[in-house]
Amino acid sequence: MSNEIAPQNSNDVDIANKIDEQEEAANKLQATADLKAEYKELAIQGLWKNNPGLVQLLGLCPLLAVTSTVTNALGLGLATLLVLICSNATVSAIRHWVPKEIRIPIFVLIIAAFVTCVQLLMNAYAYGIYQSLGIFLPLIVTNCAIIGRAEAYASKNPVKQAAFDGLMMGLGFAIILVLLGIIREILGQGTLFDGANLLFGEWASVLRIEVMQLDSQFLLAILPPGAFIAMGILIALKNAIDNHIKNKKVVDTEQVIERVRVNFDS
Amino acid sequence: MAFWIASSPHNHNQAKTPNLMRLVIYATLPGVLAQWYFFGWGNLIHIALAMATALVCEFTVLSLRKKPITHELLDGSALLTALLLGICLPALAPWWISVIGTIFAIVIVKQLYGGLGHNPFNPAMAGYVMLLVSFPLQMTLWQPPLSLVAVDLNFTNTFTTILTGFTLEGYSVEQIRTSIDGITMATPLDTLKTNTGLGLTVFESLENPIFGDNFALGWEWINAGFLLGGIFLIFKKAIAWQTPVSFLISLFICSFISYSISPDSSASTMFHWFSGATMLGAFFILTDPVTGATSTKGRIIVGLLAGLLVYLIRTAGGYPDGVAFAILLCNMSSPLIDQYTRPRTYGHLKGDK
Repeated sequence: MSNEIAPQNSNDVDIANKIDEQEEAANKLQATADLKAEYKELAIQGLWKNNPGLVQLLGLCPLLAVTSTVTNALGLGLATLLVLICSNATVSAIRHWVPKEIRIPIFVLIIAAFVTCVQLLMNAYAYGIYQSLGIFLPLIVTNCAIIGRAEAYASKNPVKQAAFDGLMMGLGFAIILVLLGIIREILGQGTLFDGANLLFGEWASVLRIEVMQLDSQFLLAILPPGAFIAMGILIALKNAIDNHIKNKKVVDTEQVIERVRVNFDS
Repeated sequence: MAFWIASSPHNHNQAKTPNLMRLVIYATLPGVLAQWYFFGWGNLIHIALAMATALVCEFTVLSLRKKPITHELLDGSALLTALLLGICLPALAPWWISVIGTIFAIVIVKQLYGGLGHNPFNPAMAGYVMLLVSFPLQMTLWQPPLSLVAVDLNFTNTFTTILTGFTLEGYSVEQIRTSIDGITMATPLDTLKTNTGLGLTVFESLENPIFGDNFALGWEWINAGFLLGGIFLIFKKAIAWQTPVSFLISLFICSFISYSISPDSSASTMFHWFSGATMLGAFFILTDPVTGATSTKGRIIVGLLAGLLVYLIRTAGGYPDGVAFAILLCNMSSPLIDQYTRPRTYGHLKGDK
């Protein structure tokens, strides 16, 4: 920077302006880099490290109750995702005007409003899935993953980041829902995407895949205990992968230290 | 000459896990033989299937967990689980019933909790309950005693029925279970429950040939066989006598009260003792050292609770027999019971910690 400035001594004001501009540009660059890093961090947190389903274990009631088929799981996952994005954005937009003492009731009201919207939309355009989700659709209001994100992130951060956080958390939640749905539907009925036409319209009935022909339904997988067992196995799998990665990292750092020692000796 | 000096205890119990498991397996023999005599080869085939599956599952999980395989595979605990599960299954249930049940019992109920000594639930009973909840149709395919079956159920016929659902001559399981009168036969407990629901008195339902001359044709001898094996185990000090005795007394008292109040609508005490899985549960499953209570007082309480639960499920519940459910509930409560029935330490006053 100083090398560029040195030959132009003629106009002080000009230089000052230029320095300001450059600093601004650098700051902007730094800010965009920071923002990028933050978005990346948000994505990692939502999808893996702090997944609402696997790690925070929030919203387990709908997670375990409606995942008996992929279609139901996907329906609830999408509804939750939509509510989470909208509520995060709204909470973040009004964060400067909400008194701290009554913020929780306000968050709940905002979430309830969006849940009502989603419920009415589903009632209008996907009546089948609306019926099969039943009480668990309005119960999204009480899903602690949503109010948890509103309180922990959206109420302290700008709108864009908050919305992105909602997207990632919602995606993480929806992915776990769908995974559980896949496991339970294959084990329980031997099918995949059974009743997808309820969610996507008539054309989607071709999506139904008969994975295996079962003589009789495996009721345990369809009933809630199967959901608990499958959820436990998913969490164990996630922890096993984390441990594996951690062990690998430890081995890498040990190797580095060894090389340093060899260099020092020689 | 040097004296070998060691601290107490000086008197060691030399019984090792494989020996104990082998003893229990031998003790089931009279009951299994009675089952074979009255109900044919079905249960033996299921026991063999379950044992093979159990060994494969145990081997797989132990190698995944990097445990000493030969040592833990051959300690007999997996084989005992498979044996008990095979005994409980309906004789003509399809082959995958015993395979799925054993996989669940060994992999999920036993090994996922940490293997032998760490499982909170009895694996055989948890596997049985899982099957009963998941496959209600197949798990109620009870076959009547051989003397009432019109089809000749020899070994090959039973084997093909378990594998394909039909005998060599093409009789389906439903046809085997149908009596000469064209009525499907069930277990004595099931029949009694249905008949009582239909408004028949116990004496009227006892005319059904399924009940035989005494309490329950075939079942009474199977239960007597398990009683014999259980007494042998108590005599060998492999199990504590408190659990089965308190369990049987509790069941006796409950059924005695209801029998003396209304003999028309409740079965006799001996019917409760000698039908269903009473004796098997009392001597072989409730006495499981891992999942049961450990203190003497605790064992008595667990036995009493189990007897009460079995009676309640049999008379008021939705299932004809409740031994498996009662035992799982007792498994759940036994840590709490142990907590409150700690024996007094020698040299301490009562209530001293």
